Amino acid sequence: MSLRVYDLAHSRTGDKGNTSNISVICYREEDWEFLQRELTPERVMEAFRHIARGPVRRYELRNLKAFNFVIENALGGGVTVSLAQDIHGKSLCSVMLGIELPDRGRTAAQKSKKTK
Amino acid sequence: MENEASNMDGRTVRIGSGAGTSDDRMTPALELAERGEIDYLVFECLAERTVARENLARSRDPGKGYSPSLHERMRMMLPVCIEKRIRIVSNMGAANPIGGARAARREARELGLGDIPVAVVLGDDVSALVRSRPELTLLENGEPLESLLPRLVSANAYLGADVICEALATGAPIVLTGRVADPSLFLAPMMHEFGWSYDDLPKIAQGTAAGHLLECTASVSGGCFGWPGKKDVPDMARLGYPFADVRSDGSISIGKTPDSGGRVDVMTCTEQQIYEIHDPTNYITPDCVLDITRIRFTQEAQDRVRVEGAMARPRTDMYKVTVGYTDGYIGEGEVSYGGIDAVARAKWAADIVKERLRLRGFTYEDFRVDLIGISSLHGDTGDRPEPYEVRLRMAGRTPDRRAAHALGFEVRAMHLNGPGGAGGACEPRIRDVLAVKSLLLPRELVKPQVVVEGSL
Repeated sequence: MSLRVYDLAHSRTGDKGNTSNISVICYREEDWEFLQRELTPERVMEAFRHIARGPVRRYELRNLKAFNFVIENALGGGVTVSLAQDIHGKSLCSVMLGIELPDRGRTAAQKSKKTK
Repeated sequence: MENEASNMDGRTVRIGSGAGTSDDRMTPALELAERGEIDYLVFECLAERTVARENLARSRDPGKGYSPSLHERMRMMLPVCIEKRIRIVSNMGAANPIGGARAARREARELGLGDIPVAVVLGDDVSALVRSRPELTLLENGEPLESLLPRLVSANAYLGADVICEALATGAPIVLTGRVADPSLFLAPMMHEFGWSYDDLPKIAQGTAAGHLLECTASVSGGCFGWPGKKDVPDMARLGYPFADVRSDGSISIGKTPDSGGRVDVMTCTEQQIYEIHDPTNYITPDCVLDITRIRFTQEAQDRVRVEGAMARPRTDMYKVTVGYTDGYIGEGEVSYGGIDAVARAKWAADIVKERLRLRGFTYEDFRVDLIGISSLHGDTGDRPEPYEVRLRMAGRTPDRRAAHALGFEVRAMHLNGPGGAGGACEPRIRDVLAVKSLLLPRELVKPQVVVEGSL
């Protein structure tokens, strides 16, 4: 199993008009820099390509060991006119959590332990 | 002099959160009032388009237009709130705060609680004002308001804590507003109790951050949070609603109803603090421009989190206004397929419905086909495994009511006129679209005011 955002962080989605904001909050302080490097706005846009037109902006909240991703044109025109079932896009945090990340040394070591 | 005195006092004021939407659960609010030893109970009941919807209700019946949930909430909460002297602050006034106040007073009388005065906040309705200014620019698309005017239903400014504070100063046990910013409902009791002014920026920041944490009730105490095996929430069925303990120096601590389910910790607070915020250094409310990047949460005890470090810049000289307008209809239909070739049959049905709508001459501004079980929530990536069963959902937006109805009609007709084994179609669904857009109005044009229904 590869490393996913889900393994390192938790997340919640909010909406304003046609814009979705999705927090990514590290369980552990020491994972923040790894996510800062790997969970780029480009990688997030790629994961949301079939849902949102973008652009994606990323804000850093170092104090809260968190990021806030703001995804434009993500909600079918906004909650009042959207044809979607999930008009608020509340379920979109699951897409964020499912994003796969490049493996790290630590997790590679854990994996090889398991196979032994 | 009085302000100086109150700034030095060591009192703690406890502000409870009793609703985060008009459809929110009511029992946890009652439990918070009964067992939470709160001083204030805030009910936040207005979503983006609610005021527009309630304006339509008021245009059909001038006595209506406040939140329909007001009656049940007041019946349930008033006895304990009056007995324990818990003051109620709520935006359930929606598009008719005076009508809401009268309804609340009727409920109080019928409950045998006597003549309860209600302080009412007015002035958020700026529809007459914006009608005379068609040149105002819509924030979403940069177009002039003029394009929407013929279909305009409502225009409401997000008022701030200052006018709610004024309403609290009347001493009325209940304060009802129309559109105000959600955190302002919580900040106002703090400003009222401790005499904070808009110049006390660190305190205004703390109060606004706390308001943001509380405005969605259970979302800071384990709701919208639990995840099996990963983020467990104890006794979720009995989720308790939160409160903030506030002191005159702006120190804040978040807790929840004693002996209730849920959890209040650094994780739940962090999720809720970032919720619906864009630039975390620049969250604009009518009371301040909040910066949450230096906030620290500390677990003080079980289900107790201290909040520190909120920062703010002074409020802007503009009010944000939401304009509501009618925008046609959404038609919708659903039908299910299961077992062998379920997905292939659902896709075939979708093509047939589209073709029949085209042959009947109907067109749609926006059209959508969902395969529930594959692509209805997160779009179609094209590589998801096929489920055993799938529900076809089709939806379209159109100015033509007949076209909206035809959509659900043709989906339902898949029972007899489509691929084999179609089951469980729903009745054709149609809803009026009330869309919203935003604009900014200079502060001096808006005239918030307070009136009291009943005698103090």
